[in-house]
Amino acid sequence: MSAPATVDLSCAELVELVTDYLEGRLPLDDRTRFETHLCFCAPCRTYLAQLRGAVAAAGRLSEEALPADARDALLAAFRAWRRGPGGAP
Amino acid sequence: MTGTPPIASPEPDASRPAARDDGALLEALRQGDERAFLALVDRYQAAMLRVARAYVSAAAAEDVAQEAWLGVVRGAERFEGRSSVKTWLFRIVVYCARTRRARDGRSVPLSALEAEGGEDDAGPAVDPDRFLDVASRYPGHWASPPQPFAEERLISAEAARRVREEIERLPPSQRAVITLRDVEGLEAREACDLLGLTEANQRVLLHRARSRVRAALERHLGEEGRP
Repeated sequence: MSAPATVDLSCAELVELVTDYLEGRLPLDDRTRFETHLCFCAPCRTYLAQLRGAVAAAGRLSEEALPADARDALLAAFRAWRRGPGGAP
Repeated sequence: MTGTPPIASPEPDASRPAARDDGALLEALRQGDERAFLALVDRYQAAMLRVARAYVSAAAAEDVAQEAWLGVVRGAERFEGRSSVKTWLFRIVVYCARTRRARDGRSVPLSALEAEGGEDDAGPAVDPDRFLDVASRYPGHWASPPQPFAEERLISAEAARRVREEIERLPPSQRAVITLRDVEGLEAREACDLLGLTEANQRVLLHRARSRVRAALERHLGEEGRP
Protein backbone atom coordinates (compact mmCIF):
# COMPACT_ATOMS: atom_id res chain seq x y z
CA MET A 1 0.00 0.00 0.00
CA SER A 2 1.48 3.36 -0.95
CA ALA A 3 1.70 6.29 1.39
CA PRO A 4 -1.04 8.88 1.10
CA ALA A 5 -0.19 11.98 -0.92
CA THR A 6 -0.48 14.12 2.17
CA VAL A 7 2.73 12.68 3.65
CA ASP A 8 5.24 15.49 3.60
CA LEU A 9 8.30 15.47 1.45
CA SER A 10 11.31 17.22 2.98
CA CYS A 11 13.49 19.61 0.97
CA ALA A 12 16.40 17.16 1.26
CA GLU A 13 14.21 14.46 -0.32
CA LEU A 14 12.87 16.77 -3.00
CA VAL A 15 16.32 17.64 -4.38
CA GLU A 16 16.90 13.94 -5.06
CA LEU A 17 13.69 13.68 -7.08
CA VAL A 18 14.09 16.68 -9.40
CA THR A 19 15.51 14.70 -12.32
CA ASP A 20 12.78 12.06 -12.14
CA TYR A 21 10.27 14.93 -11.96
CA LEU A 22 11.70 16.78 -14.96
CA GLU A 23 11.88 13.49 -16.89
CA GLY A 24 8.23 12.83 -16.18
CA ARG A 25 9.09 9.59 -14.39
CA LEU A 26 7.65 10.21 -10.90
CA PRO A 27 4.67 8.01 -10.00
CA LEU A 28 1.50 10.04 -9.63
CA ASP A 29 1.45 10.13 -5.81
CA ASP A 30 5.11 11.18 -5.65
CA ARG A 31 4.48 13.85 -8.26
CA THR A 32 1.56 15.17 -6.24
CA ARG A 33 3.73 15.38 -3.12
CA PHE A 34 6.51 17.00 -5.10
CA GLU A 35 4.23 19.66 -6.57
CA THR A 36 2.46 20.25 -3.28
CA HIS A 37 5.79 20.82 -1.58
CA LEU A 38 6.75 23.33 -4.30
CA CYS A 39 3.54 25.28 -3.70
CA PHE A 40 4.62 26.01 -0.15
CA CYS A 41 8.41 26.13 -0.42
CA ALA A 42 10.06 29.08 -2.17
CA PRO A 43 13.63 27.77 -1.68
CA CYS A 44 12.74 24.51 -3.45
CA ARG A 45 11.16 26.49 -6.29
CA THR A 46 14.45 28.36 -6.52
CA TYR A 47 16.35 25.07 -6.48
CA LEU A 48 14.26 23.70 -9.35
CA ALA A 49 14.82 26.93 -11.32
CA GLN A 50 18.58 26.63 -10.69
CA LEU A 51 18.60 23.07 -11.97
CA ARG A 52 16.71 24.12 -15.10
CA GLY A 53 19.23 26.95 -15.46
CA ALA A 54 22.07 24.43 -15.27
CA VAL A 55 20.45 22.28 -17.98
CA ALA A 56 20.04 25.35 -20.21
CA ALA A 57 23.64 26.43 -19.59
CA ALA A 58 24.87 22.97 -20.60
CA GLY A 59 22.77 23.26 -23.78
CA ARG A 60 24.61 26.42 -24.75
CA LEU A 61 27.95 24.55 -24.77
CA SER A 62 26.98 22.91 -28.06
CA GLU A 63 27.54 26.26 -29.76
CA GLU A 64 31.20 26.56 -28.78
CA ALA A 65 33.90 26.44 -31.45
CA LEU A 66 36.92 24.14 -31.36
CA PRO A 67 40.53 25.18 -30.75
CA ALA A 68 42.21 26.01 -34.06
CA ASP A 69 44.86 23.26 -33.87
CA ALA A 70 42.31 20.49 -33.39
CA ARG A 71 40.32 21.90 -36.28
CA ASP A 72 43.38 22.11 -38.53
CA ALA A 73 44.38 18.50 -37.76
CA LEU A 74 40.97 17.20 -38.76
CA LEU A 75 40.91 19.37 -41.87
CA ALA A 76 44.26 17.92 -42.94
CA ALA A 77 42.89 14.42 -42.36
CA PHE A 78 39.79 15.27 -44.39
CA ARG A 79 41.88 16.43 -47.34
CA ALA A 80 43.96 13.25 -47.18
CA TRP A 81 40.82 11.07 -47.12
CA ARG A 82 39.44 12.90 -50.11
CA ARG A 83 42.63 12.34 -52.09
CA GLY A 84 43.03 8.76 -50.97
CA PRO A 85 41.36 5.66 -52.43
CA GLY A 86 37.70 5.39 -51.59
CA GLY A 87 37.38 9.09 -50.85
CA ALA A 88 34.76 11.31 -52.36
CA PRO A 89 35.54 12.55 -55.92
CA MET B 1 31.20 22.53 -55.35
CA THR B 2 28.77 25.29 -54.54
CA GLY B 3 25.14 25.80 -55.34
CA THR B 4 21.83 26.10 -53.63
CA PRO B 5 21.93 23.95 -50.51
CA PRO B 6 19.32 21.22 -50.50
CA ILE B 7 16.44 21.61 -48.13
CA ALA B 8 17.12 19.66 -44.95
CA SER B 9 14.50 17.20 -43.83
CA PRO B 10 12.84 18.22 -40.55
CA GLU B 11 14.85 17.23 -37.51
CA PRO B 12 13.31 15.92 -34.30
CA ASP B 13 14.75 18.77 -32.26
CA ALA B 14 14.53 21.56 -34.81
CA SER B 15 14.08 24.01 -31.94
CA ARG B 16 17.85 23.93 -31.46
CA PRO B 17 19.40 26.23 -34.04
CA ALA B 18 22.44 24.00 -34.50
CA ALA B 19 20.37 20.95 -35.39
CA ARG B 20 18.38 22.60 -38.14
CA ASP B 21 20.89 22.42 -40.93
CA ASP B 22 22.79 19.23 -40.07
CA GLY B 23 21.03 17.53 -42.96
CA ALA B 24 22.12 20.25 -45.36
CA LEU B 25 25.70 20.04 -44.06
CA LEU B 26 25.77 16.28 -44.55
CA GLU B 27 24.46 16.69 -48.09
CA ALA B 28 27.22 19.22 -48.82
CA LEU B 29 29.76 16.85 -47.24
CA ARG B 30 28.70 14.17 -49.74
CA GLN B 31 29.75 16.59 -52.46
CA GLY B 32 33.16 16.88 -50.80
CA ASP B 33 32.52 20.35 -49.36
CA GLU B 34 35.22 21.01 -46.81
CA ARG B 35 33.39 23.92 -45.17
CA ALA B 36 30.53 21.56 -44.41
CA PHE B 37 32.98 19.13 -42.84
CA LEU B 38 34.45 21.90 -40.68
CA ALA B 39 31.03 23.09 -39.63
CA LEU B 40 30.14 19.58 -38.43
CA VAL B 41 33.52 19.23 -36.70
CA ASP B 42 33.05 22.55 -34.90
CA ARG B 43 29.63 21.51 -33.78
CA TYR B 44 30.27 17.95 -32.64
CA GLN B 45 33.96 17.24 -32.02
CA ALA B 46 33.94 18.27 -28.34
CA ALA B 47 30.85 16.18 -27.60
CA MET B 48 32.25 13.22 -29.55
CA LEU B 49 35.41 13.31 -27.44
CA ARG B 50 33.40 13.40 -24.21
CA VAL B 51 31.31 10.43 -25.27
CA ALA B 52 34.36 8.46 -26.48
CA ARG B 53 36.02 8.98 -23.10
CA ALA B 54 33.28 6.91 -21.48
CA TYR B 55 35.02 3.95 -23.13
CA VAL B 56 38.67 4.89 -23.67
CA SER B 57 41.39 7.20 -22.32
CA ALA B 58 41.48 10.88 -23.24
CA ALA B 59 44.46 10.25 -25.56
CA ALA B 60 42.75 7.32 -27.31
CA ALA B 61 39.55 9.37 -27.61
CA GLU B 62 41.33 11.75 -30.01
CA ASP B 63 42.11 8.80 -32.32
CA VAL B 64 38.62 7.42 -31.89
CA ALA B 65 37.06 10.75 -32.87
CA GLN B 66 39.27 10.98 -35.94
CA GLU B 67 38.32 7.43 -36.97
CA ALA B 68 34.69 8.35 -36.40
CA TRP B 69 35.00 11.36 -38.71
CA LEU B 70 36.50 9.13 -41.38
CA GLY B 71 33.48 6.87 -40.91
CA VAL B 72 31.20 9.89 -41.27
CA VAL B 73 32.91 11.03 -44.48
CA ARG B 74 32.82 7.51 -45.93
CA GLY B 75 29.30 6.81 -44.70
CA ALA B 76 27.66 10.12 -45.63
CA GLU B 77 26.62 8.59 -48.94
CA ARG B 78 24.67 5.85 -47.19
CA PHE B 79 22.98 7.97 -44.52
CA GLU B 80 19.26 7.48 -45.02
CA GLY B 81 17.81 9.89 -42.53
CA ARG B 82 16.10 7.29 -40.35
CA SER B 83 17.61 8.98 -37.32
CA SER B 84 18.80 12.56 -36.95
CA VAL B 85 22.29 13.28 -38.29
CA LYS B 86 23.36 13.98 -34.72
CA THR B 87 22.24 10.57 -33.42
CA TRP B 88 23.94 8.89 -36.38
CA LEU B 89 27.22 10.71 -35.60
CA PHE B 90 27.13 9.59 -31.98
CA ARG B 91 26.34 6.02 -33.01
CA ILE B 92 29.48 6.02 -35.14
CA VAL B 93 31.67 7.41 -32.37
CA VAL B 94 30.35 4.90 -29.82
CA TYR B 95 31.00 2.09 -32.30
CA CYS B 96 34.57 3.29 -32.86
CA ALA B 97 35.18 3.73 -29.13
CA ARG B 98 33.89 0.25 -28.29
CA THR B 99 36.00 -1.25 -31.07
CA ARG B 100 39.06 0.58 -29.79
CA ARG B 101 38.41 -0.56 -26.25
CA ALA B 102 38.17 -4.18 -27.39
CA ARG B 103 41.34 -3.82 -29.47
CA ASP B 104 43.17 -2.50 -26.40
CA GLY B 105 42.20 -5.68 -24.62
CA ARG B 106 39.68 -4.16 -22.26
CA SER B 107 36.40 -5.95 -21.93
CA VAL B 108 33.34 -4.50 -23.63
CA PRO B 109 30.32 -5.89 -21.83
CA LEU B 110 26.95 -5.36 -23.45
CA SER B 111 26.74 -2.28 -21.33
CA ALA B 112 30.22 -0.97 -20.65
CA LEU B 113 28.89 1.94 -18.67
CA GLU B 114 26.66 0.01 -16.32
CA ALA B 115 29.51 -2.24 -15.35
CA GLU B 116 31.45 0.86 -14.30
CA GLY B 117 28.60 2.26 -12.26
CA GLY B 118 30.55 1.66 -9.05
CA GLU B 119 33.15 4.27 -9.93
CA ASP B 120 30.59 7.03 -9.86
CA ASP B 121 30.29 9.00 -6.69
CA ALA B 122 26.92 8.40 -5.13
CA GLY B 123 26.87 11.44 -2.87
CA PRO B 124 23.73 13.46 -2.29
CA ALA B 125 22.66 16.13 -4.81
CA VAL B 126 23.14 18.85 -2.18
CA ASP B 127 25.56 19.04 0.76
CA PRO B 128 23.65 17.62 3.78
CA ASP B 129 24.88 20.55 5.89
CA ARG B 130 22.58 22.79 3.86
CA PHE B 131 19.57 21.15 5.56
CA LEU B 132 18.30 21.23 9.14
CA ASP B 133 19.15 18.08 11.09
CA VAL B 134 16.82 15.59 12.74
CA ALA B 135 16.99 17.40 16.09
CA SER B 136 15.50 20.54 14.59
CA ARG B 137 11.84 21.40 14.32
CA TYR B 138 11.86 20.99 10.52
CA PRO B 139 14.36 18.22 9.77
CA GLY B 140 15.40 18.00 6.13
CA HIS B 141 14.29 21.54 5.33
CA TRP B 142 16.68 24.20 4.05
CA ALA B 143 19.00 25.71 6.64
CA SER B 144 20.97 27.51 3.95
CA PRO B 145 18.47 28.02 1.10
CA PRO B 146 19.56 28.51 -2.52
CA GLN B 147 19.49 32.01 -4.00
CA PRO B 148 18.11 32.63 -7.50
CA PHE B 149 20.72 32.74 -10.29
CA ALA B 150 20.87 36.11 -11.99
CA GLU B 151 19.92 35.39 -15.61
CA GLU B 152 22.53 37.72 -17.14
CA ARG B 153 25.29 35.97 -15.18
CA LEU B 154 23.94 32.52 -15.97
CA ILE B 155 24.31 33.21 -19.70
CA SER B 156 27.80 34.73 -19.36
CA ALA B 157 30.89 33.18 -20.95
CA GLU B 158 32.32 32.71 -17.46
CA ALA B 159 29.34 30.59 -16.38
CA ALA B 160 29.71 28.53 -19.57
CA ARG B 161 33.37 27.93 -18.69
CA ARG B 162 32.42 26.73 -15.20
CA VAL B 163 29.85 24.35 -16.65
CA ARG B 164 32.36 22.98 -19.15
CA GLU B 165 34.99 22.50 -16.43
CA GLU B 166 32.56 20.71 -14.13
CA ILE B 167 31.47 18.39 -16.95
CA GLU B 168 35.17 17.62 -17.51
CA ARG B 169 35.53 16.64 -13.85
CA LEU B 170 32.58 14.22 -13.87
CA PRO B 171 33.10 10.45 -13.90
CA PRO B 172 33.16 9.25 -17.55
CA SER B 173 29.68 7.75 -17.69
CA GLN B 174 28.05 10.81 -16.11
CA ARG B 175 29.95 12.99 -18.55
CA ALA B 176 28.73 10.95 -21.53
CA VAL B 177 25.12 11.04 -20.36
CA ILE B 178 24.96 14.78 -19.64
CA THR B 179 26.70 15.49 -22.95
CA LEU B 180 24.12 13.56 -24.94
CA ARG B 181 21.12 14.72 -22.94
CA ASP B 182 21.73 18.31 -21.87
CA VAL B 183 24.50 19.57 -24.15
CA GLU B 184 23.23 17.89 -27.33
CA GLY B 185 19.57 17.60 -26.42
CA LEU B 186 19.00 13.93 -27.29
CA GLU B 187 15.98 12.10 -25.90
CA ALA B 188 16.44 9.73 -22.95
CA ARG B 189 15.62 6.78 -25.18
CA GLU B 190 18.32 7.75 -27.70
CA ALA B 191 20.95 8.16 -24.98
CA CYS B 192 20.02 4.74 -23.53
CA ASP B 193 20.27 3.10 -26.95
CA LEU B 194 23.60 4.71 -27.74
CA LEU B 195 25.26 3.95 -24.43
CA GLY B 196 23.56 0.63 -23.69
CA LEU B 197 22.01 1.90 -20.46
CA THR B 198 18.72 1.08 -18.83
CA GLU B 199 16.42 4.07 -18.45
CA ALA B 200 16.74 3.94 -14.67
CA ASN B 201 20.52 3.90 -14.78
CA GLN B 202 20.59 6.70 -17.33
CA ARG B 203 18.44 8.83 -15.04
CA VAL B 204 20.67 8.17 -12.03
CA LEU B 205 23.75 9.24 -14.00
CA LEU B 206 21.97 12.30 -15.38
CA HIS B 207 20.76 13.26 -11.91
CA ARG B 208 24.25 13.12 -10.40
CA ALA B 209 25.74 15.04 -13.31
CA ARG B 210 23.09 17.78 -13.31
CA SER B 211 23.28 18.12 -9.54
CA ARG B 212 27.02 18.68 -9.73
CA VAL B 213 26.75 21.20 -12.55
CA ARG B 214 24.11 23.12 -10.58
CA ALA B 215 26.34 23.10 -7.50
CA ALA B 216 29.30 24.38 -9.55
CA LEU B 217 27.19 27.23 -10.91
CA GLU B 218 25.97 28.04 -7.41
CA ARG B 219 29.56 28.23 -6.13
CA HIS B 220 30.54 30.47 -9.02
CA LEU B 221 27.48 32.74 -9.05
CA GLY B 222 27.56 33.05 -5.28
CA GLU B 223 31.25 33.79 -4.82
CA GLU B 224 31.49 37.13 -6.59
CA GLY B 225 28.71 38.86 -4.74
CA ARG B 226 25.17 39.32 -5.91
CA PRO B 227 23.60 42.45 -7.33
